[in-house]
Amino acid sequence: MTREILLQTRGLGRRFAERRAVRDVNLEVQRGEVHGLLGLNGAGKTTTLRMLCGTLAPTEGDVRLAGIDLLERPIAARRQLGYLPEVPPLHLDTTVEEYLRYAALLRRVPRRRCKAAVTGALQRCDLEAVAHRLIRNLSKGFRQRVGIAQAIIHEPAVIVLDEPTAGLDPRQVNAVRGLIGELRRDHAVIFSSHILPEVQSLCDRVTILHQGRQVFQGRPGGDSSSHRVRLRFRVQPPLAMVAAVSGLEAVESTDDPHAVIVMPVLDSALDALVKLSVDQGWGLQELSPVRPTLEQIFLELTAGREAA
Amino acid sequence: MILRLAWRELRQILLSPLSWIVLGVSQLVTGWWFLLLVEQYRTRYEAVVVQVNSPMGVNDLVVLPFFGSVLLLAMLLLGAALLAMRLMADERRSGSIQLLFSAPLRMSELVLGRYLAGFAFLVLLAIPWMLMPLSLEAGTVLDRGRLLSACLGLVLLAALLAAVAMYASCISRQPPLAALLTTVIGMVLLGIDAGARFMGGYPDALLAYLSALSHYEPLVQGVVGTGSLAYFLLFTTGFLVFSVRRLDALRMQA
Repeated sequence: MTREILLQTRGLGRRFAERRAVRDVNLEVQRGEVHGLLGLNGAGKTTTLRMLCGTLAPTEGDVRLAGIDLLERPIAARRQLGYLPEVPPLHLDTTVEEYLRYAALLRRVPRRRCKAAVTGALQRCDLEAVAHRLIRNLSKGFRQRVGIAQAIIHEPAVIVLDEPTAGLDPRQVNAVRGLIGELRRDHAVIFSSHILPEVQSLCDRVTILHQGRQVFQGRPGGDSSSHRVRLRFRVQPPLAMVAAVSGLEAVESTDDPHAVIVMPVLDSALDALVKLSVDQGWGLQELSPVRPTLEQIFLELTAGREAA
Repeated sequence: MILRLAWRELRQILLSPLSWIVLGVSQLVTGWWFLLLVEQYRTRYEAVVVQVNSPMGVNDLVVLPFFGSVLLLAMLLLGAALLAMRLMADERRSGSIQLLFSAPLRMSELVLGRYLAGFAFLVLLAIPWMLMPLSLEAGTVLDRGRLLSACLGLVLLAALLAAVAMYASCISRQPPLAALLTTVIGMVLLGIDAGARFMGGYPDALLAYLSALSHYEPLVQGVVGTGSLAYFLLFTTGFLVFSVRRLDALRMQA
């Protein structure tokens, strides 16, 4: 599949009077990709997402949805967009089906395709059982799913979800995550969250916002090229002997006296270390790559900058 | 698109029990008022009219006071206030307006669609009022032309009040506030002339022009003037344009 960039922003920024809520955000999301927008409360996530959806005018930069400039051709660009705001924009006094039909109408789904679109959205969000119930009487999890259903009803290129799992119970969270996982097949998805494991498990790429700035962008698993390896033995290995293995760079002890973390620069270094362990009878129990978790990255980037 | 939106919105309005209560109550009140006028004519005026050989008749003594009555206007205003609560304000409060803002929709389409639905509701409210005088045909001869002109006046007034409701709904986040604003703007528009005359004691040409009543009354009397038509067209369009502008600003700034 060719790279098809469905959402692109360049130097996006928004100023509220004197305060710069968001500045210089550059995003690129391809079809089939889930992009996470991460940040503390008030970091500018919602502001950024609203600018992507054309419900807030950026004061600088531009947004392209499926190649169409949102500011120059807002109607055409918005056709490519499905948006679930933080509070799902539901009409409580209508049934799920009726509401979705309305959403299809607003998104200019042709009349003859409406029925199929509604059925499809109900199916994809697993809402068939509640299609004829009033939204008012649904649980929060179901309401959230209805919110997602309205965002995908017109098969948009880009789906924007603002904290889709906030306030849900663990089972509902799982269901919504599953749904997002499915959506990635045909769409570009961007969602915001402050729940790190969620972002780590779902996203292909992550952007971390802090105080309106984009402080990190990359894969949530970290960069695997500079990986370190953690080894745990049955006995406490003498650090000096470990460090003597050629091809190992840094050797660090850990809180656990039976474990060390090493950074092999040569592929053969690990083999040598394992052989050494066997020869010396250290009893290797565990060998695992150490990647900087998203949490580490996140805390590092956002810590200590409060005063800035 | 506009018509689809309007149709959907009208159905939503008619799904709400409150709309039916307003429809019911207003028919009850106006029906009672109409009967009262007919009764009054029969017992008091009829003999006098015949006696002095006056040119006045049912048309002047029943139909005209019926369409010109404060009661009728108040009911129309009540309907408009109800509309104002739900046209936009409700969605602004609940946040579901985000759905409209992010949709590939021009705000003019949205305003026109919803406005047409609101207008249709007010016309629905007024249709029985237009039919009531027709029932007199059973016993007398009506001036159809004047009746038609009065009906036109009523429809134009409904169009204006629906636009006022739309605008009030766009500028307030609280539905009750929107209803109140509609009532206030509506009352000022209808009665600014009478109010000024009451306070100042003399008629003012500008205020007389601004007042909707001074354009509605000729229509009720059977005078269809371009000035009146232009007034209603101008003010209705004006309120709708303001609504669109307001929503456009909200969409990109709030």
